[in-house]
Amino acid sequence: MKTNILEYLFESAKACPDKAAYFDEQISFSYDRMLKAVKAIGTKLITKLNVKCRPVLVYMDKSPAVIAAFWGCVYSRNFYVPIDTGMPEMRIRLIVENLKPAAVITDMTYYDMARKFSNNVFLYEEMTETPVDENLLSERLATSIDTDPVYVLYTSGSTGVPKGVVVSHRSLIDYVEQFCNEIGITEDDVIANQAPFYFDASLIDIYCTVYAHASMGIVPLDYFSVPLRLLEFLEKYNVTTIRWVPSAMKMVSVFNGFKSLKPKKLRKIIFGAESMPVKVYNYWKANYPDAVFVQIYGPTEITGVCTYHIVDRDYSDDETIPIGKAFRNTEVFLLDDEDRLISRSGTVGEICVKGSCLAMGYYNARERSDEVFVQNPLNSYYSEKIYRTGDLAKYNDRHELVFVSRKDFQIKHMGHRIELGEIETAVMALPDMKNACCVYDSAKDKIVLFYETDAYDDMSLTEALKKRLQRYMIPNVTKKLDEFPMLKSGKADRVKLKEMI
Amino acid sequence: MDRIIEILKAVHPEVDYETETGLIDKRIFDSFDVVTIVGELMDEFDIEITAEHMIPENFNSAEAIAELVRTLEEE
Repeated sequence: MKTNILEYLFESAKACPDKAAYFDEQISFSYDRMLKAVKAIGTKLITKLNVKCRPVLVYMDKSPAVIAAFWGCVYSRNFYVPIDTGMPEMRIRLIVENLKPAAVITDMTYYDMARKFSNNVFLYEEMTETPVDENLLSERLATSIDTDPVYVLYTSGSTGVPKGVVVSHRSLIDYVEQFCNEIGITEDDVIANQAPFYFDASLIDIYCTVYAHASMGIVPLDYFSVPLRLLEFLEKYNVTTIRWVPSAMKMVSVFNGFKSLKPKKLRKIIFGAESMPVKVYNYWKANYPDAVFVQIYGPTEITGVCTYHIVDRDYSDDETIPIGKAFRNTEVFLLDDEDRLISRSGTVGEICVKGSCLAMGYYNARERSDEVFVQNPLNSYYSEKIYRTGDLAKYNDRHELVFVSRKDFQIKHMGHRIELGEIETAVMALPDMKNACCVYDSAKDKIVLFYETDAYDDMSLTEALKKRLQRYMIPNVTKKLDEFPMLKSGKADRVKLKEMI
Repeated sequence: MDRIIEILKAVHPEVDYETETGLIDKRIFDSFDVVTIVGELMDEFDIEITAEHMIPENFNSAEAIAELVRTLEEE
């Protein structure tokens, strides 16, 4: 039984040391080079940091080196926290306050910025020069247990403070093995990575690669604006597998990209994180009739994925592709308003999850964790935690789960998970802001912000929000109101506002 | 041109489209913005924008987008 995710790296570095593990357009790391970098970084951290099981920020642009930095942290028995280099400083500060990181790993590009978040800043370029101390590394590794955290990933929080989801080796090992076995990722696969490393969607790319002795290529972000370059990348590197958000796949279908170039090796097409428009799916399916198409579903709090559906039939444009059934060693069930188990098809309930995939809660946020990681209401006999996703679903006639909507004000916008409350909090934090309320126009995929103030107009408001919010959280439509529709409770009248979209 | 600027403003109201010439190169538009904008352009002007047209030079400024739309309208 594996107890540490680094065991995958040891195995692959032994089995195929010279094979390209992770590459981008600039650089390629073989498994052997990867292991050497990880050992050097691990040695440095053990020598310089006298702590265990503490967070280390990794603040670098996406590249194979970032993965080496992640695993260097893990080798030292600490855990990594990837931070988006495009994140506004104010939001990083909220995370740093919550996390109190033991150190930051960065490179020359971001050194000055990183110094603002910690006195303990390590330069990647210097760390990899550290002479490896095998004894020190193996002593430290021998102390690790599979309930140690591997990483913390931050997700949007409705109160305005992002939530850090803590995930253990055990959850990650369970996830990778179930996923690779079920979907069939092998050493012949080349995965083209789209998801940023600070999203759980990238876990499949990073960890299935090392588990299966496959290869992973990082697609430059810019290519997703230029469909031909994107397709040329897939062709050039013989990509077999993608795990992309539907928005990225839409980039190809909108421009009828396959008419110009149809990558020959593609055979596994996996999508999730938002609902797949059937039109986009049908376009891809028509061009790749023999490929395997898989819809996956799962929040960060259960390590990314808990259900899957291998698409096995045709869908008309107005149908929804099911999220399917649970992976092995995971139980997914629906509870109604009174916490009763739903088994009939058609009845809507909250998706609840139990199993080794459950995260260890939110970092330094016990109360928020206890709200959603709760005792299974169906079991009063022994301690058994479930995660309440807040997602509503139902069973279809084939007993497959079908996503319906959210219980609250969380939305999925272009694959990103956003709490509308986080946007509203950022708007209300601006001086002289009287009212603010966000609604989501799901027909047009737009975040609509209504606001009331004398201090800002649409342009200056958007500028101000860029300093506080992630780019994908910036409202797509802003509407200034002279009078805000209110409920008697003093809250904004969302129903009225929705009618004003 | 006015209609094009209106479409662009709906996506990024904070940009000065009269002077900006790095909409793609400076990553002011991300890929999802581009999909939105292209969808609107295709509907509004009844043109087909294909993968060959989707190169940064055609989308770096409002002027370049207008030029692309003019060319495609003539086809």
